[in-house]
Amino acid sequence: MRSYFGRKLVIYALTFFLAVTIDWMIPRFMPGNPVQVMLARYGLRADAAQAMLSYYTQAFGLDLPVWQQYLNFWKALFHGDLGISMYLFPTPVIDVIKNAVPYDILLLLPAILLSWFAGNRFGAFAARSKILDNSVLPVGYLLTATPYMWLALLLGWALGIVLGIFPIAGAYDFSLRPAFTWRFISSVLSHWFLPFASLFLVQFGGWAIGMRNMIIYELEADYSHYLEALGAPHRLIRRYAFNNAILPQVTGLALQLGVIVAGALATEIVFSYPGIGYLILQAIQNQDYFLLQGCFLFIIIGVLIANFLIDVAYVLVDPRTRMGMQGETA
Amino acid sequence: MSLSVENLRIYYQTLHGDVQALDGVSFSIGDGEIMGLAGESGCGKTTLGYSLIHLAPPKRFVEGCVMLDGEELPIWDNERMVDFRYKKVSIIPQYAMNALNPTRKIGKMTRELLESRRLRYKDYLPELKRRLDLVQLSQDVLDMYPIELSGGMKQRMVMVLSTLLNPSLLIADEITSALDVSTQKAVAEMLVEFRDREFVKSMIVVTHDISILYQIADSILVMYAGKLAEKAPTETIIHSPRHPYTQLLISSLPEVGVKYSEKKLTGIPGSPPMLLNPPTGCRFRDRCPFAFAKCVEEPPFVEVEKDHYVACWKEMPVHD
Amino acid sequence: MITSKNEFLYFTLRNTKLKVGLVVIVFFLLLTFIGPLLTDYAPMAYVGPGAHPPSAEHWFGTTTFGQDVYTQFVYGLKATFQVGLIGGGLGTLLGLLIGFTAGFRGGIIDEFLNVVTNIVLVLPTLAVLLIIAAYLQVRGVMTESIFIGLTSWPWAARAIRAQTFSLRTRDFVDLARLNGMRPLKIIFTEIAPNMMSYLFMTFILQFGGAILNAATLDFIGLGPTTGISLGLMMNNAVLWSALHLGMWWWFVPPGVAIMMIVGALYIMNVGLDEVFNPKLREI
Repeated sequence: MRSYFGRKLVIYALTFFLAVTIDWMIPRFMPGNPVQVMLARYGLRADAAQAMLSYYTQAFGLDLPVWQQYLNFWKALFHGDLGISMYLFPTPVIDVIKNAVPYDILLLLPAILLSWFAGNRFGAFAARSKILDNSVLPVGYLLTATPYMWLALLLGWALGIVLGIFPIAGAYDFSLRPAFTWRFISSVLSHWFLPFASLFLVQFGGWAIGMRNMIIYELEADYSHYLEALGAPHRLIRRYAFNNAILPQVTGLALQLGVIVAGALATEIVFSYPGIGYLILQAIQNQDYFLLQGCFLFIIIGVLIANFLIDVAYVLVDPRTRMGMQGETA
Repeated sequence: MSLSVENLRIYYQTLHGDVQALDGVSFSIGDGEIMGLAGESGCGKTTLGYSLIHLAPPKRFVEGCVMLDGEELPIWDNERMVDFRYKKVSIIPQYAMNALNPTRKIGKMTRELLESRRLRYKDYLPELKRRLDLVQLSQDVLDMYPIELSGGMKQRMVMVLSTLLNPSLLIADEITSALDVSTQKAVAEMLVEFRDREFVKSMIVVTHDISILYQIADSILVMYAGKLAEKAPTETIIHSPRHPYTQLLISSLPEVGVKYSEKKLTGIPGSPPMLLNPPTGCRFRDRCPFAFAKCVEEPPFVEVEKDHYVACWKEMPVHD
Repeated sequence: MITSKNEFLYFTLRNTKLKVGLVVIVFFLLLTFIGPLLTDYAPMAYVGPGAHPPSAEHWFGTTTFGQDVYTQFVYGLKATFQVGLIGGGLGTLLGLLIGFTAGFRGGIIDEFLNVVTNIVLVLPTLAVLLIIAAYLQVRGVMTESIFIGLTSWPWAARAIRAQTFSLRTRDFVDLARLNGMRPLKIIFTEIAPNMMSYLFMTFILQFGGAILNAATLDFIGLGPTTGISLGLMMNNAVLWSALHLGMWWWFVPPGVAIMMIVGALYIMNVGLDEVFNPKLREI
């Protein structure tokens, strides 16, 4: 088991290193100077602009030699200092992000977990009957082929505008202040529902299809035939098939994280839901280079942590990994 | 009689039509008899073996009657067959090495299997352990995952598992095909021991390797292209076969100690007919060196001397 | 007597999933070519009253600024197919090169390529593209396609590597090697034909994935800076409060198109699997 985790951690460390370096590198090697871009918005006179330029350049550390900027970046990272947001100056990036993260967790955690569990159960169930299979299959494929933002738009329009059941902007009613009152919580929930639903549905389709295929594959395996020949009831064979089929679905979850993150970003934009996705939109529109960098880093760290947690979960479900095998890895 | 099969016909449903894999097969096996079922690939022997325990699409039961210990074996009825499976009829499949669930400890899987068949694991555990000793498997095996065992060990485990309930009929399907020669011998001897200790009453050993059958089988049934060619006690088949196919088969076997540097190994030229639209008459006709006019009619499978059945016009006691 | 080539054709023509999928794709392809001929407008031109629902004049209605949605739609389809082709093609090509090399050579090359693949897999590609694309001032469909190709190859590489492994150990390859065939020749004559079907299926998945990816990028605002695409239409729609104002005709068609095209591709893929893999065929 040590070798299993050892390999994973090495990959994650390398990925993190690469990601941080890319994050730091790209803006500095692209044409254009972020400070100048920022200043251009303010339309200052030439000499005032020059003074501001040198001030900000120093404030953002852009006047130091390149290698020193790089090391400083790492140092700052370990202090939790992700720079100062330009668009929300002078709020530190880390604070801006900290305010957005709870909304993401609120949205993503239930959406991912529920859709995974429900989708797998449903896919396994669909594999049992031909009728169900024939009706479920096309729906599943359509769902998983649906772009996240479009389903969000559809749900928002149908349930939000036309039927008026749910609100379609923000995390809670703009007139309310955060408090532990029922009014506030129910407002949060009603604002949460549509983004959650669109994330849930698209993923659900994908897992259902995947599980259905895996179950069929397991039902065709030699051990299934053997049990059948020995008169074992379908119940037992299906249970074994399910336990074996779920393993690649666990690793599959890790692989999907990137896609899910992208989907969440798009969904938040549609519903103006104040998570990191929405922040990124603001950062892009306002050319806030530090905020963008910070969001990127945060996403990377989040994805790496999630990958690690999934690896732990995999060890728990595949007994072979405890024997020192690699299990279902490629 | 322990097992009797009458006029069994089993076809494979395909898009091109029915493949007549097993076309009117009749034979019987006595109590305690080990019958070898031999023939080349595609002759129907695995179809026959497997159908006696599990008949599933694309295989289709057309007609026939199978009696085991005087009771009818309803092989066409999947639900009724469940009562017979494992308890009366059991199988060591061709894929024995992959037959164990990879993510379950073997002991746990055995327990779950027995309990799903309404048997108590505790009742069988002592006997299970005794048999593991018999096949030279450590009892620790029950606590291991299949991936921790070698191919041979897994095979022996499946042998023990399949015979745990002392079935009347055991079907051993190509169980020596993937093994090296010395392991083949050990496995074959284990089969005989199972029969001698009455773990199993009668056995059908399906294989294309006649030399194994020579070692352990009491009688051999030779199949060709979905039909029976010859059945006789082992000695007779090996030393005095009557059907031309059997004769060619035996003579094409290389002998130990004989070098073939002077001439090539002789085989049987040609190949078996397609069973999608099989030719009329004797199916070996096209490759048979002794074929004559009568062979356009299908020869019946008859007893030409005691316990010796042949389907060949040449060997008929009286013919036109 | 049905030969193996005829056999494929036979199953291809009989497979419902394949037929349905193909029909949908062909329909949208035709729309891409013929659609623009049915409209006199240019996609970004202001041609009518703003924010009008579908009518005889404007089949898909107009945007807030009075642009014809139908025109934008059919021109956007073209960009969508372009990205799918180029991005998906690049992804498949890279995946083939890397996956095949890893699978065929094995050993340390395989280990190394595995690490690279895993890193690119773990990195949320959107995040990387965010950073890069935010800094390229002018972007075209080509740039976007290349980005997508460069980040979606790991899925293809993994699949191809697995397939190569399984083919490499098959007997006919050993036979060829024993006969002294040189590795390159083995690759082309023995392994390649068996990979063809698999490669094709991988390409279809990459094609679909590229379209979805592009739609998301365009939607966030990281797509091409010129021209129009389906994702861009949805971006504009949201930007100009189409959702709040109930202008469904602006955002529904692009999404439907993407959903149907990608869905058709996925279903075609399942159909192809059945055609190429006899075990899955239904009697």
